Amino acid sequence: MIDKLKLVSHVDAINWNKIEDEKDVEVWNRLVNNFWLPEKIPLSNDVQSWNTLTPVEQQLTMRVFTGLTLLDTIQGTVGAVSLIPDAITPHEEAVYTNIAFMESVHAKSYSSIFSTLCSTKEIDEAFRWSTENVNLQKKASIVMDYYQGDDPLKRKVASTLLESFLFYSGFYLPMYWSSRAKLTNTADLIRLIIRDEAVHGYYIGYKFQKGLEKETQERRDEIKDYTFNLMFELYENEIQYTQDLYDEVGLTEDVKKFLHYNANKALMNLGYEPMFPKAVTDVNPAILSALSPNADENHDFFSGSGSSYVIGKAVNTEDDDWDF
Amino acid sequence: MLLQADSTRESTAGSARGAVEGVDAGDVDIVFFSSISGNTARFVEKLGRPAARIPLYPRDAPLVARRPYVLVVPTYGGGDLGPAVPRQVIRFLNDERNRSLIRGVIGAGNTNFGEAFCLAGDIIAQKCGVPHLYRFEVFGTPDDVATVHEGLEEFWKQQP
Repeated sequence: MIDKLKLVSHVDAINWNKIEDEKDVEVWNRLVNNFWLPEKIPLSNDVQSWNTLTPVEQQLTMRVFTGLTLLDTIQGTVGAVSLIPDAITPHEEAVYTNIAFMESVHAKSYSSIFSTLCSTKEIDEAFRWSTENVNLQKKASIVMDYYQGDDPLKRKVASTLLESFLFYSGFYLPMYWSSRAKLTNTADLIRLIIRDEAVHGYYIGYKFQKGLEKETQERRDEIKDYTFNLMFELYENEIQYTQDLYDEVGLTEDVKKFLHYNANKALMNLGYEPMFPKAVTDVNPAILSALSPNADENHDFFSGSGSSYVIGKAVNTEDDDWDF
Repeated sequence: MLLQADSTRESTAGSARGAVEGVDAGDVDIVFFSSISGNTARFVEKLGRPAARIPLYPRDAPLVARRPYVLVVPTYGGGDLGPAVPRQVIRFLNDERNRSLIRGVIGAGNTNFGEAFCLAGDIIAQKCGVPHLYRFEVFGTPDDVATVHEGLEEFWKQQP
């Protein structure tokens, strides 16, 4: 490494009994409770389903997963770690170490999927593709550049866009397979990754907003311009990357809607208003249902005129939930 | 709007204290919970209707609703972490006066939380036998705000 490693200059023993920002404790507890390992998911049950995919579909799936592996590797070894020296509280530092470790678990879990479903030769070829695909490499280098910059707020923007936007061209595919009852165990694993990334994006975005509060209006304007410029730069590249992957199976337009939908949520995690209008964020309902069983539009009482409306599905409530 | 409701609440707090336990929510038809990240508060603010916020801390005096209201409640995270309903909301609904006046729930969350998306809203809707009127993500898109704003107008007209 040529650059001198930037570390926190001074450390006091962390006292979890003295909390400056309760969000640190809340998110730490959330992340710890969400902890999982790929070994807990019965991926081998997907072998039969894997064999029903065409060679083109198998190759696409492997390429998507090597792309996701690259992003998780960046976030685990550079992204989350780069946020530590900027942390405002010691507990925030601890949360970033948790995030960094979990990203490494995510990166490793794709290898579990590969070793369960594919041959060594196929795995090697997919990884080779990931190092040779121009748009994937560009995506990685854009984000890496910002992580190595010297502006803490800009690092948080890049990190939130990675967590809440850049993964979704990849996450689309296992949700698509799941909606067609294929690779359902793999989809279960990916949903755990998605859940983690959602908490990461929420937390880093929250810390960004806390930091922004202390800045002058001029600086806030600068950061907002920077954020939207970076979003456009990443978005354009993401469209190219999506075409590289999905044109062959005819899913590109469907994936784009999913990108718009998630780009909006990434901006909202940073406190900005969504950028893409409703007309281009109408994600395929099958994909939304694969993501969350509660996400379909039948739950809109107001526009459903009440007739098709059903009170929420049965939920297992725990005594802890409720103590009238 | 939000600030007005809050200041109203504070000004009535003095007279309410001692007479009844808790702080009068005032003449509002929305009660909401929002953590310090404030996403749900931001959505409610955009609705532009008088609203009262459920207090964050146990040391705060509890909120007491005065008239029928719709509750806006977020769900964070998901997973196996016990209660989906924020403990502050449980405290609020444990007060029978508040429970008897709830007419509907609006959930906030993120579809990326999977099965936990707006789960707190589902639980409250079931327990209180009221409809889960709408779900939105993070702090809501402009379309969400418009739909809920108009929807609530209609909803209150239809209430007895």
